[in-house]
Amino acid sequence: MLTISNYVKAKTLEEAYELNQARSSRVMGGMMWMRLGNARVKTVIDLSGLGLDQIEESDNVIRIGAMCTLRQIEECEALREMYGDGIAESVRHIVGVQFRNQATVGGSIYGRFGFSDVLTAFLALDTFVELYDGGTIRLSEFVNRKPDKDILLSVIVRKSKRKFRYESIRQTKTDFPVIACSVVTGMVHGKETWYFSVGARPMKAALLEKQWEIPADASEDMIADYARQAASEFAYGTNMRGSAEYRRHLAEVLIRREMASILAEGK
Amino acid sequence: MEIQFVLNQKQVTAEAAADTVLLDVLRGLGCKSVKCGCETTNCGLCTVWIDGKSRLSCSVLAASVEGHEVTTLEGVEKEATEFGAFLAGEGAEQCGFCSPGFIMNVLAMFRELEDPGIDQIKEYLAGNLCRCTGYMGQLRAIQKYMQAKAEKNSGQPGEEAGAR
Amino acid sequence: MTEMKTGKLRIVNRPVSKVDAHALVTGKAVYTNDLAPSDCLIVKVLRSPHAHALIREINTARAEAIPGIECILTYKDCPDKRFTMAGQTYPEPSPYDRLILDQRVRFVGDAAAIIAGTSEEAVKKAMKLIKVKYEVLEPVLDFHAAKDNPILVHPEDNWKSLCPVGADNKRNLCAHEVSGSGDIDAVLDSCDYVIDRVYHTKANQQAMMETFRTYTYLDTYGRLNVVSSTQVPFHVRRILANALDIPKYKVRVVKPRIGGGFGAKQTSVSEVYPAIVTWKTGKPAKIIYTREESLTASSPRHEMEMHVRLGADKEGNIRGIDLYTLSNTGAYGEHGPTTVGLSGHKSIPLYGKAEAFRFTYDVVYTNVMSAGAYRGYGATQGIFAVESAVNELAQVLGMDPTVLREKNMVREGQVMPAYYGETAQSCALDRCLERAKEMIGWDEKYPCRDMGNGKVRGVGVAMAMQGSGISGVDTGSVAIKVNDDGFYSLMIGATDMGTGCDTILSQMAAECLDCDLEDIIVSGVDTDTSPYDCGSYASSTTYVTGMAVVKTCETLRRKICERGAEYLGCSPADVEFDGQKVTDLKTGESISRKEIGNRVMCSSNQPLSANEAFSSPTSPPPFMAGIAEVEIDKETGVVEMIDYAAVVDCGTVVNPNLARVQTEGGIVQGIGMALYEDIVYNSKGKNYSNSFMQYKIPSRLDVGNIRVEFESSYEPTGPFGAKSIGEIVINTPSPAISNAIQNAVGVIIRELPMTAEKVYREMQK
Repeated sequence: MLTISNYVKAKTLEEAYELNQARSSRVMGGMMWMRLGNARVKTVIDLSGLGLDQIEESDNVIRIGAMCTLRQIEECEALREMYGDGIAESVRHIVGVQFRNQATVGGSIYGRFGFSDVLTAFLALDTFVELYDGGTIRLSEFVNRKPDKDILLSVIVRKSKRKFRYESIRQTKTDFPVIACSVVTGMVHGKETWYFSVGARPMKAALLEKQWEIPADASEDMIADYARQAASEFAYGTNMRGSAEYRRHLAEVLIRREMASILAEGK
Repeated sequence: MEIQFVLNQKQVTAEAAADTVLLDVLRGLGCKSVKCGCETTNCGLCTVWIDGKSRLSCSVLAASVEGHEVTTLEGVEKEATEFGAFLAGEGAEQCGFCSPGFIMNVLAMFRELEDPGIDQIKEYLAGNLCRCTGYMGQLRAIQKYMQAKAEKNSGQPGEEAGAR
Repeated sequence: MTEMKTGKLRIVNRPVSKVDAHALVTGKAVYTNDLAPSDCLIVKVLRSPHAHALIREINTARAEAIPGIECILTYKDCPDKRFTMAGQTYPEPSPYDRLILDQRVRFVGDAAAIIAGTSEEAVKKAMKLIKVKYEVLEPVLDFHAAKDNPILVHPEDNWKSLCPVGADNKRNLCAHEVSGSGDIDAVLDSCDYVIDRVYHTKANQQAMMETFRTYTYLDTYGRLNVVSSTQVPFHVRRILANALDIPKYKVRVVKPRIGGGFGAKQTSVSEVYPAIVTWKTGKPAKIIYTREESLTASSPRHEMEMHVRLGADKEGNIRGIDLYTLSNTGAYGEHGPTTVGLSGHKSIPLYGKAEAFRFTYDVVYTNVMSAGAYRGYGATQGIFAVESAVNELAQVLGMDPTVLREKNMVREGQVMPAYYGETAQSCALDRCLERAKEMIGWDEKYPCRDMGNGKVRGVGVAMAMQGSGISGVDTGSVAIKVNDDGFYSLMIGATDMGTGCDTILSQMAAECLDCDLEDIIVSGVDTDTSPYDCGSYASSTTYVTGMAVVKTCETLRRKICERGAEYLGCSPADVEFDGQKVTDLKTGESISRKEIGNRVMCSSNQPLSANEAFSSPTSPPPFMAGIAEVEIDKETGVVEMIDYAAVVDCGTVVNPNLARVQTEGGIVQGIGMALYEDIVYNSKGKNYSNSFMQYKIPSRLDVGNIRVEFESSYEPTGPFGAKSIGEIVINTPSPAISNAIQNAVGVIIRELPMTAEKVYREMQK
């Protein structure tokens, strides 16, 4: 059972950061996951008064505050315009509206959970995260860091001409995913680049980058070969929700479907 | 610590530890409609509104609602009675234990979505589990309620709910 | 006499709202925890981390020192007299194999100590400070290896079986029986086709939204008062008296509104803990099970493995059924000897032409959570096996499974040898199947349609039966009294757990007494004042208690006539009661019910009330046909529910709305069992399915569309022709969905739940 001795609603980021340096301090997101643990927290730090609950759009980026809820992401017009329905698809299966009104983007990303749909989606988009102390770094780098005492401020999504797809397989519709796959493609340094992110393997999402020039009229077999190759480069494990072998198969199927869908749109 | 917030349109003060969840504070303040079904944010029984949005009170630290507006079923009794009559008209309250959280989210849905279709309704309410009804009766109740509302708004005679 | 023909009904067979609806939809404080006094001691149970162990030492000193701790109880503080927590009529078929706390713990989650204190925090703190030294023993976790295993789950000498159910604790055997008719081996030998298959159903959680909970206090008279979320208040009275080793008159049990039961609360899961605390301390106490406790230390469905041999000739006449069921009762025997019986007795009789049958079973103890009663009570498991075997036979014969059923199904008037030789006096199963086929569009959709997008839709069918109460055992009694102004108090001991029995029994009474529903008041159960009822289980309330209502009303009408005649000064033979007034037919003079009610309360030597009981020598089965349409992703094996058409013959439908919701709810629970729900243990017996995060019941997105209709027969022995509805409705989804998968992609899944991965793997073979 989680126990908390003090609750502090931080008045400034400085205060939040300072408080968080104590070993037994924790920053709270939506309290969805932390509450289920057995931690003995001396001070829980609430960031909800610091204006981190906004999605800001500029010419080049969409900056999502760490305290934005999953529901805000789901309903964000800017993200929908840029990357289609895939962004909403990546969160709309998560438990229910009440849950998504509460769970935060920061909590989901910071936790680096294996089951995280949000992490899987943003990882494929080659996203950046802004940290209070650590500056702005790639999410792909952040995801492999050990949790530390820094504070996640925002997730920064570049606006660029990329195509985004998100699909997952679940036992019940609102369960954790058995597998979650995201595929993104676009031009990077003048080259057609494909990003694949696979989460709930059941290990946390990992990113694969491929400079593949795939013609829009690629045959089904050719796409299947690419998908097979992409899926084979991830590691998979077994838990209650599925075996490693089945997950690998699902990843291959979903990646192929996502690639085919992207290529079909390009035609 | 002492927390102050608006509960069902009234300013209230409550005593809570740093790790007390809103659910317990609300029940302590007499809002017995608020039920705990799972403790893991999966069932929706503890749904209340914070600043008008559906939230799971089992996972909200009471301390964090300081200065906010909280609404429970007790605060929307008239609407609950109105919609509840349609629910009862289908026999779809059954054991009733999930009804308060369900009705809170239904009323939130009516505020947020205009004339939702079946798929939208199902998706909006997916976080409200019910083990008795199989959900179909709840859907019928929502559809009939919406129809009655629409007829009332267009000046046609509405169905008298729950009068059977 | 009461008019029981359905044609003239005013209130029965009408979709009236439940009498408690307003309180429920406005969230009123009507459930156990809403009513518990605020000064109750908080009771929690320290649970074993081991599947099988002996407590060698238990040190509570540090825990007791925590401020606010009132008492900590260990096995040394509890009576050494075994009892059962099964809510069954005495003498219970379930063995007396429990103590409140035992030195031997038998599953991960078994009770090791009871802690009570003034606050939740204090109790939780104290729990962590109790030091238990366990001698860890090897557990019996594989139920196939349990029988005659050298490791005994119940080696104790004071283990006791009250009924001849074939139990033997020295063999890990909770029950064993062989029954049959005809020479099954000879019949099967002479069959053209024999389907010989093994099916496996898992333990499932009832997962009612309100977890187990009870509060207790001593009243003015020093008696133990128990307010509990239970389906069986009268049985709880006996169970507590046994457990605490105190006289029954010391115990009173009250049932308020219940947040669902589905059989879970037919076992006295939570009552003993606050009861012993109150009995020892004299202070009020309450226990509220967490969801985790409700999923790890409760009373789920018995896991069963069923070996079916089904023989038929070339034309598809089913000639013999041989069924062996192995049932896993877990650590304790609650409902073990009885659930298993239904796996055969409520599946085999669906096939009326069989020349012979044999039904054999073993029920074994293992070191997992004790099983209990769950809607369907063994019939669900057996029907999955037998119906699946019939669907496999259809495939072998190349025959439409509905046609095969039309050829073989039990018909009205047939004697059912595997159903205790009872005759199906009311049976519309043929019409149910015919209508379900029409509803789904079977002839157009069977066996499957390729949707052209990598998905294929298949349809599948199953039939089901259940009982209406336990014949010769279940007893419902009812009292009705006339009050001032003539309103009636309907007193029942049947327990409304959300199902609406307070309402439907009121409907029956209002029908019989020619009055409005508003003229009748009804309330929850109180063992001190309610007439005896075995409780709400075994699909008994509508049929058994319903008949008691009808009988009581008949008696009361006669008494009202007599009293009216007395007040009118005429002969009872000359009066008529129309529900509002008693009229002297000779003079036309009348006296109103209101006036009679008021006069009874002044200078009267006799109360105006009636009290009757009913128990039935038979248990008329309701019947049902269910057809599922599923869509399968051929690449991933993902199964999506599209449509479910269900047609039920529950005799006269007492309340169409409540019956429909019962049916829809049962089907959704059945879908959960078929596709999603599983209790998963690790190799050491730890239960992984310990939250709604891991034990997935269907959400409204998981169940597709469900359509329900009724094809009523008329049950001559039932109230207004009614039979039961509560349990049968969970029985068709597993076999129907399995058949739909079979018809869609040609694979047969014989172990539940039928997950996408299982479908995918079978498709790869």
